[in-house]
Amino acid sequence: MTSSSLALPLRAPAALARHLLVERYAPLATTVLALVMIWYIAAVAMNWRLVRDGFEREEVPYSITEVISGTMQAERPLLPAPHQIASAFLDSVFGYSPLAPRSLVYHSLVTLSATLLGFALGAAFGILLALMIVHSRVLERSLLPWIICSQMVPILALAPIFIVVLGALGLHGLLPKSIISAYLCFFPIAIGMVKGFTSPDPLQLELMQTWSATPRQVLWKLRWPAAVPYLFASLKVAVTISLIGAIVAELPTGAEAGIGARLLAGSYYGQTVQLWAALVASAVLSSGLIALVALVERSVARRMGAH
Amino acid sequence: MDALSNVSLQIAEGEFVSFIGPSGCGKTTMLRVIADLQQPSNGTLLVNGMSAENARLARSYGYVFQAPALFPWRTIEKNLKLPLEIMGFSERDQQQRVERYLSLVNLTGFERKFPWQLSGGMQQRVSIARALSFDPALLLMDEPFGALDEIVRDHLNEQLLQLWNSTEKTVLFVTHSIPEAVFLSTKIVVMSPRPGRIIDIIDCNFPRDRSLEIRETPEFLKIAQRVRIGLRAGHSYDE
Repeated sequence: MTSSSLALPLRAPAALARHLLVERYAPLATTVLALVMIWYIAAVAMNWRLVRDGFEREEVPYSITEVISGTMQAERPLLPAPHQIASAFLDSVFGYSPLAPRSLVYHSLVTLSATLLGFALGAAFGILLALMIVHSRVLERSLLPWIICSQMVPILALAPIFIVVLGALGLHGLLPKSIISAYLCFFPIAIGMVKGFTSPDPLQLELMQTWSATPRQVLWKLRWPAAVPYLFASLKVAVTISLIGAIVAELPTGAEAGIGARLLAGSYYGQTVQLWAALVASAVLSSGLIALVALVERSVARRMGAH
Repeated sequence: MDALSNVSLQIAEGEFVSFIGPSGCGKTTMLRVIADLQQPSNGTLLVNGMSAENARLARSYGYVFQAPALFPWRTIEKNLKLPLEIMGFSERDQQQRVERYLSLVNLTGFERKFPWQLSGGMQQRVSIARALSFDPALLLMDEPFGALDEIVRDHLNEQLLQLWNSTEKTVLFVTHSIPEAVFLSTKIVVMSPRPGRIIDIIDCNFPRDRSLEIRETPEFLKIAQRVRIGLRAGHSYDE
């Protein structure tokens, strides 16, 4: 057999690229399209009675097509149609100056600052806890049950208590929100880092022992770098959780700003479109935060010889 | 149950001593006790005239495990530097030692590679270079070539012999392989299990610059035969 008969037929580069693109994005596009369609159908079904009752109350003659089109542009629909949410979202993002109180950008920034501070506090606290647990059997036994218990109490019940107590201590605004956010997000980091710090191979630990390495050297040269993959995995979970924490913290404070405040106001006044727009904003924010962590992760992994 | 009992042995400087025996005979335990990775329940052990712990603190030995145990996030160069960093060698000294010991195991040019880019045999050579990098008096090797194939193993045996010849270290070498033990050693310690004990100590004085061909000579085969008899005698206690 000659070598040429073994060669695979080569596809033209352009066709290949198009093919890859299709292969990569077609499934995603299909699901998105299907979801949007289901959403429209649901919007028609859920808002049907609302719109029909409206026509009947005003005793106007109506046709089915009028009701259908009405379900997609109701002012306070049960379920807003996707285009309503999109236009409300774009409107409140680009329609006002970024610092105007009606701008979603402004509210997102308020929540984002609490999220980031809470995330930093939670990460630091989680890593510290993991370090203590890894280095002491006694601390592991005494701390771990409390750490797990802390996550069993619903944050919605705890948040107002935090706000009141911290308020009595003279802390208002950003810090109490961040603390609630940190309270939620330290957990996955602590658990992940305990796993990460104990992940080195026993052989690697024994090697360090044969070199008479100090505990500090073992930490910085072995445990810490070995824990890096675990750190990023838990940071990705933690960053979304800390956003949720910040939003939840805005609910009981009767906060005047933030995504949580928008959600609260939206549900108060039945402004479902505004409610959904705020939800979209929080989804965009958390995807952005995850993407950012993933970006840092990739560059760190490359420097640490990932292949 | 003791892993080792009534073991008494003297090892002189510059010797290459192999410990051979079936698994469970305590040869690894012996090495670990010498390395202070494990403590004997009683008895005395002097490493370079010191207790095992003091010998470890004095950085008297380099240890090579069966697996290379390189740190995957460090380049080859950085892996070699690890013990040097821990022991506080100067930056310049570290660099010189990396160059010297990489060339000693024939891996010059691989400084910037990561461990996964090297074959198993190359990785094991890095781990040997790492064990030698801080110039310990003793080299403790626990089946260092056990996980490698025969061809690589033969090659590394020759290299190790050259290394021993040029550095004049004392080597303690644990193995299952009779030809490996006979080929490398100046002294072979045959051990048997349950409890681990020494059956026979065989002197083995081939010239220091021997080559793989000596494995075909009658002297070699005679010593191999004696090791085999020792191992078999140890086994008769088994049942």
